[in-house]
Amino acid sequence: MSRPSSEQEYAIEAVNLVKKFGDQRVVDGISLKVPRGTIYGFLGPNGAGKTTTIKMLATLLRPDEGSAKVMGCDLEKETNKVRQCISLTGQFASVDEELSGRENLILIARLVGFSRQGAKERAIDLLKAFNLEDAAKRQVKKYSGGMRRRIDIAASIVTSPDLLFLDEPTTGLDPRSRNQVWDIIRVLVRNGTTVFLTTQYLEEADQLADRIGVIDHGRLIAEGTSKELKALVGAGRLTVHLHTPDDLAKAKTILEELTGDAVEMDERTLKLTAPITDHGEAASALSRLVTENLQISDFSMGQPSLDEVFLTLTGKTTGQAESEGEEADDNQAG
Amino acid sequence: MIIKQDDNTDLQKALTLSLRPSRPSALSASLTFGWRALLKIKYVPEQLFDVTAFPVIFLLMFTYLFGGAISGSTGEYLDFVLPGILVMTVAMITMYTGIDLNKDIQKGIFDRFRTLPFWRPASLVGALLVDALRYLLASTIMIGLGYLLGFRPENGFGGLVFGVLLLLLFAFSLSWIWTFLGLIVRTEKALMGISMMVLFPLTFLSSVFVDTSTMPNWLQKFVDINPITLVVDAVRGFIHGTVTSGQLYTVLIVSAALIIVFAPLTMYFYNNKK
Repeated sequence: MSRPSSEQEYAIEAVNLVKKFGDQRVVDGISLKVPRGTIYGFLGPNGAGKTTTIKMLATLLRPDEGSAKVMGCDLEKETNKVRQCISLTGQFASVDEELSGRENLILIARLVGFSRQGAKERAIDLLKAFNLEDAAKRQVKKYSGGMRRRIDIAASIVTSPDLLFLDEPTTGLDPRSRNQVWDIIRVLVRNGTTVFLTTQYLEEADQLADRIGVIDHGRLIAEGTSKELKALVGAGRLTVHLHTPDDLAKAKTILEELTGDAVEMDERTLKLTAPITDHGEAASALSRLVTENLQISDFSMGQPSLDEVFLTLTGKTTGQAESEGEEADDNQAG
Repeated sequence: MIIKQDDNTDLQKALTLSLRPSRPSALSASLTFGWRALLKIKYVPEQLFDVTAFPVIFLLMFTYLFGGAISGSTGEYLDFVLPGILVMTVAMITMYTGIDLNKDIQKGIFDRFRTLPFWRPASLVGALLVDALRYLLASTIMIGLGYLLGFRPENGFGGLVFGVLLLLLFAFSLSWIWTFLGLIVRTEKALMGISMMVLFPLTFLSSVFVDTSTMPNWLQKFVDINPITLVVDAVRGFIHGTVTSGQLYTVLIVSAALIIVFAPLTMYFYNNKK
């Protein structure tokens, strides 16, 4: 890490952040800690308060209550110091669409203090790094979605920031571009940048984030690693495909007997889904099916998807969800 | 992996740059924003219509429409009305500064600018510097055309230059009203509506077109304190050699007041925009 601040291990330490728009508490008491050099995923549906939280942490909005330290600097009192070590890529293109990619990068480079020549060189380096050399002189509004996102992120790392905020970095991108953005984020983190990203995509949080915070109605309703969140929802599952409807029915009976739980059956695709607790149980179930001479065409083991995690968490009544949120807060404090 | 290995190396290289320059000076940041405004003109030269076509249309229209009726001849009226229309044209196009800012806000770039550590007013000062160039272009075109039509400033070239400089100063000051409104009004259309509502009565109920002494008393009272009248009288005075120091100071005070009130307001809303 580029700063001599070894004793400060957190990139973000937020305590009870609140933002009100009118009498609506858009962000309603969010506390979180993000260790340096990690990716923190902020997961939630539209309107949950993700962007507002990011805007507060990136010095764009003043919190109505609460406080935060960003890269060891107080958000309120050391705003300019915070600005020197962060960078923000907003939800909507945060570059000037009328200008070319190259001009945008030069513009930002000049504004962070590069010399005229330095800014030009930096722009060339970044265009190369982000595969945008061919589009350097084209106006950004003529870029494809993926290219736009890349120039956006390139503009955010004109000076390598200690902390990069990415607000829904892959919303609306095709899978290929999305993978490119993910790769970029991984390289960034390998080089010591801390990334705080918001997403509506559970897969994205699962793929990238070291820790995930689930936000709903301005509150953190759960927090942890992707594994921990999945564990919160409970069991994993075993999926078995069979060859014939006969086998399907037999296998269902066997699995239900073994797990003592309801087994989901899909007669069209000849698929069974059974809840299981560990790999051992799955292995014995499979061997049992084989000894019974049932023809298994395919099987897979899966942990619950984050989708399920999210539904389980937000599907609860508000009262339950709130106590969950407090639990998450307690965990952080401890 | 979709990005090829050597691309990742480029990325790695681009990222290992630890250079973190110190924040740019206020002047350098402002000039950078001026450069941005010039680039926009480069891509959309049509946006210069307002400073090229407006002056021509206004000058021709009002000279030939009112000339005979008001002064008995178009030639005489031209000498009187040109400084007035010059002020009117420039005052009208100041509102585009606010509209551009409003457009920026609706896009993400505004947020990015606000997370960078440069001197905050630079983004507006830089844009206003380039606007001054646009006003200068408008003035040059109008005065050039005026010459062709027979306009003769009685105070020569020097008076003309001072008149235009005073106008540029006033336009710069007036722009802060629009940047302020650009920050608090939701859409550019609304902003356009508001600025027209302010500018139309101000420019017409002034000494732009006619001598105020022909107006009814109650109207004259308003017209005489209208800032546009004050500016028109001073610019006209410079051009025809009748300017008084009182006229000059009044315009300087009005301009300073506009900046003192609206620049801080603009910066407050700039910093605290949701």
